[in-house]
Amino acid sequence: MSENVIAMPNEEKFQARVDAEQKIEPKDWMPERYRQTLIRQISQHAHSEVIGEQPEGNWITRAPSLERKAILLAKVQDEAGHGLYLYAAAETLGITREELIDRLHTGASKYASIFNYPSLTWADVGAIGWLVDSAAIVNQVSLQNTSYGPYARAMVRICKEESFHQRQGYNIMMTLMQGNEQQRAMAQDALDRWWWPSLMMFGPHDGESAHSAQSMKWKIKRRSNDDLRQQYVDQAVQQALAIGLKVPDPALAWNEERGHYDFGDIDWEEFERVVNGNGPCNRQRLAHHLEAHAEGAWVREAMACYDKKRRSRRHDAA
Amino acid sequence: MSDQLKLYEVFVRSRRGLDHKHVGSLHADDPEQALEYARDVYTRRGEGVSLWVVAAGDITASQESDCDSFYDPLDDKPYRHAAMYDLPEGIDSL
Repeated sequence: MSENVIAMPNEEKFQARVDAEQKIEPKDWMPERYRQTLIRQISQHAHSEVIGEQPEGNWITRAPSLERKAILLAKVQDEAGHGLYLYAAAETLGITREELIDRLHTGASKYASIFNYPSLTWADVGAIGWLVDSAAIVNQVSLQNTSYGPYARAMVRICKEESFHQRQGYNIMMTLMQGNEQQRAMAQDALDRWWWPSLMMFGPHDGESAHSAQSMKWKIKRRSNDDLRQQYVDQAVQQALAIGLKVPDPALAWNEERGHYDFGDIDWEEFERVVNGNGPCNRQRLAHHLEAHAEGAWVREAMACYDKKRRSRRHDAA
Repeated sequence: MSDQLKLYEVFVRSRRGLDHKHVGSLHADDPEQALEYARDVYTRRGEGVSLWVVAAGDITASQESDCDSFYDPLDDKPYRHAAMYDLPEGIDSL
């Protein structure tokens, strides 16, 4: 990089740094839109982790064995921890936790629309861990190279912990597929319901995404939605076939020339409906979060009281 | 509550013998709470034998714009690096 870089105008220096694959850190100058884009993306990622605890948390008390309960509990705890990493990363950009939670509660902030679907059976827990976490991993591995330092480092940390999530989900499906007719049917039914929503997790085709181009230029986004989606499909189809599951897509076919699976059209109307508030569980997910927040108020008050008492004790002792 | 929340930077020593590494930041009311939160958030897989939390305000940092005068000289003295010096063949203990 040229020695005169310090003398460049801020915007040019910033872009030169991004182009040179250098990380942007909290104290660096950054375009206001870069900052706001990241606040939105990182906080929505954080909200997704926390809301995502709900469909799986639903099955902790009813998991079929003590071991499965312990595993599911550990996974849900991990999601809470992931939310915390991401909230901490978002807060480096000049926004408070209160503002972030408030935006979630008012609907100003969204979360991954996949979590607006219900977990109807034990097999759903398997499908979610296998498909949803796999899709998340494909996206998060790519984001390990995002330009904003704290976000990239949070992704590295999360990726290390996420592997067991997808394996335990796949293991549930594998176990069910080795079971009786009803268990195999339950597994297949869960795949039938979670397959298409998992493809939608990667977002619209890039040509139709307004934010994509600028995000790519700023290296917030490293690979296109369609690219990531193709990688996920190739992996997941192979995994499904290995345990005798049928992917619910009549257009699915291996394309020897491309070296990838061809797959059918996504129902973008469904995606729009769900992401805009009319999925099966949107109202329930938000209501649950609001309730937990309200019911936890006494804990925050107690902590504030205790801290005040401890501070004055320390002051008196000094 | 958020009026009192202070920013802390977190450092973790993952194994004895290694140095503390900066792993991220968090907001807390006071140092003790910051330490507990740091344990919850940054050592989720038991990756630490020692945790430090430092109030961000206590950190004095170099400024990017001071780079030239603060760090001079950077790389204009090649004789300070071993690679500059040739050795006779067969000598590998120098």
